[in-house]
Amino acid sequence: MISRFLLSNMDRRGYVFLALVAAIGLLVPLANLLVPAGSPFHVSTATMSLWGKYLCYALLALSLDLVWGYCGILSLGHGAFFALGGYAMGMYLMRQIGSRGVYGNPVLPDFMVFLNWQELPWYWWGFSSFPFAMLMVLAVPGLLAFVFGWFAFRSRVTGVYLSIITQALTYALLLAFFRNDMGFGGNNGLTDFKDILGFSVQAQTTRAALFAMTCVMLASGFLIARGIVSSKLGKVVIAIRDAESRTRFLGYRVDRFKLFVFTVSACMAGVAGALYVPQVGIINPGEFAPANSIETVIWVAVGGRGTLVGAALGAVVVNWAKTMFTSGFMAPYWLFALGVLFVFVTLFMPKGILGTAQGWWEKRRKPAALPAAEPAPAE
Amino acid sequence: MNAPVPGALTSSLLYLDGVSVSFDGFKAIRGLSLTIAPGEMRAIIGPNGAGKTTMMDIITGKTRPDEGTVMFGGSVDLTRLDEAAIANLGIGRKFQKPTVFDFHTIEDNILLALKSQRTVLKTLFWQTASAQQKRIDDILGIVKLADKRERLAGSLSHGQKQWLEIGMLLAQDPKLLLVDEPAAGMTDGETAQTAVLLKEIARDHSVIVVEHDMGFIRELGVKVTVLHEGSVLAEGPLDQVSANERVVEVYLGR
Ligand SMILES: Nc1ncnc2c1ncn2[C@@H]1O[C@H](COP(=O)(O)OP(=O)(O)OP(=O)(O)O)[C@@H](O)[C@H]1O
Ligand SMILES: [Mg+2]
Repeated sequence: MISRFLLSNMDRRGYVFLALVAAIGLLVPLANLLVPAGSPFHVSTATMSLWGKYLCYALLALSLDLVWGYCGILSLGHGAFFALGGYAMGMYLMRQIGSRGVYGNPVLPDFMVFLNWQELPWYWWGFSSFPFAMLMVLAVPGLLAFVFGWFAFRSRVTGVYLSIITQALTYALLLAFFRNDMGFGGNNGLTDFKDILGFSVQAQTTRAALFAMTCVMLASGFLIARGIVSSKLGKVVIAIRDAESRTRFLGYRVDRFKLFVFTVSACMAGVAGALYVPQVGIINPGEFAPANSIETVIWVAVGGRGTLVGAALGAVVVNWAKTMFTSGFMAPYWLFALGVLFVFVTLFMPKGILGTAQGWWEKRRKPAALPAAEPAPAE
Repeated sequence: MNAPVPGALTSSLLYLDGVSVSFDGFKAIRGLSLTIAPGEMRAIIGPNGAGKTTMMDIITGKTRPDEGTVMFGGSVDLTRLDEAAIANLGIGRKFQKPTVFDFHTIEDNILLALKSQRTVLKTLFWQTASAQQKRIDDILGIVKLADKRERLAGSLSHGQKQWLEIGMLLAQDPKLLLVDEPAAGMTDGETAQTAVLLKEIARDHSVIVVEHDMGFIRELGVKVTVLHEGSVLAEGPLDQVSANERVVEVYLGR
């Protein structure tokens, strides 16, 4: 049943995407580990980690597209779920440091020793176990999304109001995680990681494995999201996006459907965050910054809202452009460029890169075809 | 005239008594009483703003009445339920402004309406059984949209959307259908076909039809209720009602 759920209705675009992710996940680590450094086919560890970061963002964008593109919930706080997943992974990595910290305390991370704490706070318990930490990577963002969505969707908060409270959510977490007494390392966050599952996080092989794992998770996230949106539940969710109250009059409990996709999406964002942290080597409260969540919305809009593949593509393209931009003399102007890009896409390419390319392709193939209906206006 | 008959509650499918609702002080419905028997088809007429659509809003849970009783099947208090719960009890609705899912195909619109369990898990793992597919095909045939099944509903004309919505009602298979202005925007030929279709549906469903088109109402040949300023002005066969002095006054006085 599961494989039928995941693979039925898979379209050509989906297969191309999966094949691409699989190829990258296989070839990039090989090119890093096996191809000698002088060869033009060698991929440096730094480049691999950089692209690993892009792919984490792609998974985050995918999760946002699931709620925004298909259910019409414009979350401006998805970065919070990403960051919480990242913190859960960061806590595991901190516990792995053991007595190798500056203060040599076998149990307490350095920042707790520095704060004169005598014992580990209860919410750090269990994080020395990898399976437990991975469970928390899913459970913490999932639970937060569930509780938040339970109240928001039941009281029928929609549109701009919902967007504003999601933004407030991530902002509140930003402020909370900045506080030293919260026990998450304050503004320095969690860093100086040593190993993961016994392997050094700095080692080239570990980096390659993390990169491959990111590809696996991106592909899995895509399969799950694709399975959801092409099921009948996906049709209900699109119906909610386009005519919410009509869906209610058909007997669907709109709040529960929204809650389902929102929670699944938050878990997915959490996984993206967990893969991000060991590859960039740090997690700090900055990840909760409202601007991060807004940037994610831009990736999805640029790539093509409501297409899944487009969202992932948008994340990679925009972040690659950001790296190009911010490493040169144009660096101070990146935010302006991003703003201009967003305005341009909204005005001239409302379906994003992927939607526009597809429309162009279809027009060339069968010029006489009926024009498709206009896309729903963005909220 | 509006006082309910003793025993009307238990013998009726839908029972409204003394229902009032006001919007910002404006009384849209005032002391409305109405009973619909199981299997009955009822036509509701009345000038613009008489409260016909608002009455449907109250029955389907969109609007909460300020006072009054709204009972379904003799025992269920509709004023305590939300839209989804009321729909699942078996009350289906076609809206005055046709409302279909523009980005779904016509077939998917019917599929979404098709009677089934509406839970998250059941819809996630849904597989259309062959009997259900046949039902969808039948309905597409009945509403004459079978050849357009793959088209997006947003591309349909106003009249076709009306029919698609009637098809969705059929797919829901409710006990009671509330049909708000089904003939609006239709040609005379389409209007006549719609009347035939509704009469067909009324053979095994209870139906409330709101319509301005008197030819259409005459075609249905059922008991008529005239609403005016939020309450019942007259009730009876069309000929009798249209001979009623006050009804004539209300319609001509505008
Ligand atoms: N949500 C609302 N807020 C304020 N006023 C409303 C609301 N809904 C209806 N009304 C008012 O209540 C009155 C009855 O409206 P309703 O739509 O029920 O009339 P109707 O009989 O369906 O008319 P029509 O034949 O034009 O469809 C109108 O004056 C309308 O303006
Ligand atoms: Mg009306």
